Parts: sequence; structure tokens; C-alpha cells
Amino acid sequence: MSVLVDKNTRVICQGFTGKQGTFHSEQAITYGTRMVGGVTPGKGGTSHLGLPVFNTVKDAVAETGVDASVIYVPAAFCKDAIIEAAAAGIALIVCITEGIPTRDMLEARLVVREVGARLIGPNCPGIITPGECKIGIMPGPIHLPGSVGIVSRSGTLTYEAVQQTTDLALGQSTCIGIGGDSIPGTSFIDCLELFQGDPQTEAILMVGEIGGSAEEEAAAYIGARVSKPVVAYIAGVTAPAGRRMGHAGAIISGGRGTAAEKFAALEAAGVVTVRSPAEMGSALLATLSASRRR
Amino acid sequence: MNLHEYQAKLLLAEYGVAVPEHRVADSPDAARAAIAELGGERWVIKAQVHAGGRGKAGGVRIVSEPAAAIAAVTSLLGSRLVTDQTDRRGQPVNHVLIERPSDIDRELYVGVVIDRSRQRLVVMVSTEGGVEIEKVAHKAPGRILQAVVHPLVGLQPYQCRELGFALGLLAEQLAQFTRILSGMTRLFVEKDLSLLEVNPLAVTKDGSLLCLDAKANVDDNALFRQPALAALRDASQEDERETRARKWDLNYIALDGNIGCMVNGAGLAMATMDLIKLHGGNPANFLDVGGSTTRERVAEAFKIILSDANVRGVLVNIFGGIVRCDMIAEGIVGAVKEVGIRVPVVVRLDGNHADEGREILDRSSLKITAAKGLAEAAREIVAATGVA
Repeated sequence: MSVLVDKNTRVICQGFTGKQGTFHSEQAITYGTRMVGGVTPGKGGTSHLGLPVFNTVKDAVAETGVDASVIYVPAAFCKDAIIEAAAAGIALIVCITEGIPTRDMLEARLVVREVGARLIGPNCPGIITPGECKIGIMPGPIHLPGSVGIVSRSGTLTYEAVQQTTDLALGQSTCIGIGGDSIPGTSFIDCLELFQGDPQTEAILMVGEIGGSAEEEAAAYIGARVSKPVVAYIAGVTAPAGRRMGHAGAIISGGRGTAAEKFAALEAAGVVTVRSPAEMGSALLATLSASRRR
Repeated sequence: MNLHEYQAKLLLAEYGVAVPEHRVADSPDAARAAIAELGGERWVIKAQVHAGGRGKAGGVRIVSEPAAAIAAVTSLLGSRLVTDQTDRRGQPVNHVLIERPSDIDRELYVGVVIDRSRQRLVVMVSTEGGVEIEKVAHKAPGRILQAVVHPLVGLQPYQCRELGFALGLLAEQLAQFTRILSGMTRLFVEKDLSLLEVNPLAVTKDGSLLCLDAKANVDDNALFRQPALAALRDASQEDERETRARKWDLNYIALDGNIGCMVNGAGLAMATMDLIKLHGGNPANFLDVGGSTTRERVAEAFKIILSDANVRGVLVNIFGGIVRCDMIAEGIVGAVKEVGIRVPVVVRLDGNHADEGREILDRSSLKITAAKGLAEAAREIVAATGVA
């Protein structure tokens, strides 16, 4: 078992024939993801990477049956792409694109919520269930099927976490990059709930960063609802206030959203925290061994 | 992107928010003309910089003689204003705003922000105007009142009435108050702002509501569709290195330490800074080189990092996901040669083809140390810069 995606998940790509869409769809196919086609308006009826291209998401859904869509279209067109996928009834929408205007996300989120779909991202690496299904831009080979559920606001920092848990032979059940924007489609809490209910996931690794209060909200949720061991790391202890640290959502504003506050909230909820990103894997191993002995 | 007060007031006026009659001047002559046009006997001269805390820093002067006004303008223009929100160098003053003073009865706060938890626009008001809202939030959170804006129907008049009565406004002031709040909300949405504050919103002695100071930030991600706002960018208010980095699609933020950092990915870049601190060093910058770590971009990143005179060593931390580390290593070696780097450079490569990458670095005969792990890399650069 894993969460959200597995070997049976049928995936299409929006922005299929573009540079990013092509490259990452090839990688996904190589990894074993069940890609069933793609969408590029105006290229419907043609074939790309050996798969059918459709003019609209609606056509793709009618022709192939689709469980998930991954979006690589440019930022200016993402609101439209997300809403198109939601309107076509796709249950899982993964938006990789960075740089989407906040107003567009407020509106797209509303529609996604209204139709009951799930959006992962934007500005994220995507989601992967190792050995089964890779949707996004993460490097496949560093992953290993296993017991740790990883949820993270950052891309390369997720790869660090993955590499460390792979090196320690813990492996990952599913890794979800929820993205670095201020209006994410999926929250830490959504992922914690999924991991708590997933038999394969024995422990959860949460990688947060400065800005907003998602980690504090997650801490409250963990305290109340999560019985599996959770290890957390928060990036940005040295980040100055008022500056956007690369990610649109990584900003300490009005003195709120600091790493110190987040660490404190998580520790108060019984989460094992690490101050060094080099120790995420080892802390997980120690925590997991302790909980297995119990 | 930040806007100046005078730019924000222009936008507010466009959306029906009353602002004092004002002029903008960039020279003493322009100021003289502005004062003549404004008339009256007293004027407020306000330095236009991208920073708060101007009043306490001497950036806001009230004068009652035209000669004193010109003297104030002359001393402000071309100076650098250091406030508790700027660095030690302060921000350059290239424009001043000149206004007629208002007779103020009391000062309110009005702000529009995006509430990240609710994923909605929120209007915030407070009776504690004229002070930083963060301080009010800290000391007396009960003094801040909020209205959540429904994305489809927008801010409703009843919400404005609720807030207005709670602020102690009179029934006859509510129409103007409602107009101000709805104008601000529409401005926020239509112009893709990320923050809009009127602080203070003055209740004048004659009972009208007037925006005395304003702050507006634009969503950087939306600048492509707000060309008029993009044109308002004042590069003089931004760090030159940050402006230069932006041209290369590099994300650079200057800090005050002495260990330069070059990292792929924003989260990993922050984590790298934290790790340096954890090992006793101080990061000189945040720098995300992004996904495509080509030789040109790496070279440009090195140049920007090294243009900071404090930098005594550079830590390069790259997790090669899909990009191969041997390609990245060649880019780094080429860039180090091209730029002629004299300070120690520690490179940590991990991920795809990392061993081959490290070999290329070791073979290079340059002053580059290839580190294997994250922690090792941080220890080595801290040690190397401590000795240097």
C-alpha cells in the first residue's frame, strides 16, 4: 500500500509536447509510470512518445480513462490547466510549474475544492510511490520502496531526505512535494492524514521551511491525530525577516513564520526535530527503531 | 516587488480612497514649484524609500516656511536614510513626497492581506493606527478586527459596517469607510498585490477619512501581466547584486556573513545556510542557482558571490537529481578558472553520477575541495575560512 498513486494509476500530461513535458514524461515512462497520453491543444490526433495526444483534457478522459494529470504548462496558463483538469473529473492533479500568480491559485483552489479533486503543488517536485509510479521531476533512481512517508515544501531538500532514507535502507512508501508557494493545493495535514491511514507507512518525515503557519497547524494535528512517529526538519533558521527566500511562500512576515516558532510547535506536539538537514535519515532510523521495540 | 508611498497613493486615489493633495519632487527646483502649487503655510516632506520607520529616522519633516521646506528637501535628496528596517548603509532618497498637513482627530489602521491558512483575502482594521501592525498583533491582538473576503462576491457592505461600527466610526462616516475598504480590496485583486496597507487612515477633525501613509507590494509572479506596475520598479532601492542576479534568473539575497553559498533549490539553499551556522560559520548570502547549472550561470553566480568583499570562502552544494554531477563539476571547474577565484571553494556534489563529478573536481588542480556529505562540506568550509 501507498498513498494517492500506485502502479495502476493512469496518468496524462498537460503540456505534453513541450520541452519539460516531453523530458519528464520520458523519464516517467522509463520509471514505469502508467502514462496513457497527453494534452496539447491543436495537436490532438497525433502521437508523442508512442502515446496519443489530445486537444482537451475532456477528450483524454473520455478516450483513455485518467486517474491523474501532471501539469508542465507555463505559469501564465496554469490556472486554466488546473481548472480544465478539475472540470474533466480528474481526481489527482499535480502541478509542477513555478511562478503562478497568487490570485490565480486562490481561484483555482476554489474550483478544485468545489469539485472534490486533489491538487498537489504548484511549484513542487510532484509525487512518487517508489517502484510503482513517478509523477513529477524527482530523480527516480534515488528512491527505494519502503516504510517512510515523506512530505516536503522543498524540491532538492526532499531529494536529500530521500537519499538519506534510501542509504539507511528505510526506503519510502510515498513522497509528496507539496511545494513552496503560499497557496498550496495540498497541506501537511492532508498528507499526515493519508500517511497515518496507510499501513505501509511506519514513520513520517516532514520537511518544512519558514513562512506561513502550515507547520504549526500540522503540529496541532499531529498532537491530536497522528500516532506514527514523526521526524521534522525546518529550513531557514538563518533567513532574515521580510525577505522571500526563493520560494514564494518562504518569507517571515511581521515576525511570524520563523523556524524557531515552527520547531517549538512541533516539539511541543512530540515530534522529533533535527537542526541539521544531514541528520534527517539517522533521526528517522533511531525513532523508528525505538518505536518498533515498544 | 515593493512600491513607494507616492506610487501606492496614486493607485489608492484611482480606486476612490481619499489621499492628501500632494506632489512628488526629485530636485529642490521641483520642490519649490510643488510648494507654490500646493499653497498653504505648512508642509510635510516625506523621503520616498522602500523601508518603514522613516519618521523616527528623520525621513519625515514638517516645515512651516518655504525656505525650510527647500532646505529639508535638499538635505534629504541624495542622502541615504537609515531606519530600523534598513541595513547600516540605508536606502537612497531620490524622491520626496510633499503634502499639506491634515488636522487629525485619530488614526486607524486598514490592511488587505492574503490569509494563507484560509486561502482567502482578509481585510484587517484596528483602532491602533500609526504604529506597526505587527506590534499591535503582538501586544493587543484583540485590537485587530478582520473580515474574510469571499472570492466570488467580494467584500460586502455589511462587513464594512461591522468593522466601521467596531472602530467607533459614526453612521455618517460609514459610506466613506465602505468605499475605502471596497476600493482597497478591488485594487488588491485587480493589480495583483500581495500586501496593501493604509496606516494611518486618519479621521480628520472635520470627520472625513484620509489615507496619510500607504504601503503596497506587488506579487512578483504576476508582474508579467501588470506592465504598468512592473514599470514602477525602483532598482535604486534594491541591492545591486540582487538586481544583477535576477537578470540571470539566479535567486540571490545578500546576508552579513563571510561564507558564500551556491546551491540548487531554495529549500536546500536555506538548509545549507543553516548548516554553516550550525557548524560555527556565517553565511554571506542565499543563492539558488536553480535547475540548470550551466557553466555560464555558475560563473555568473561566483562573480556575484565574490563581489561581496566579506566573502572568504564559497560552499557549493548541489544535489544532482536529473542533471548529472559530472556535467555540473565540469561547469564548476570551468567557472572557477574563468572567474579566477582565490578564496577556498568547497564543493559538495551528491546524486546522479556524483563519484565521477568528485573525480573531476579532484583532478582539476584548482583550490577546490570535494566534500562527500552535507555535514562534512559545512565543517570544511568553516575550517577553511576560519584559517584564511
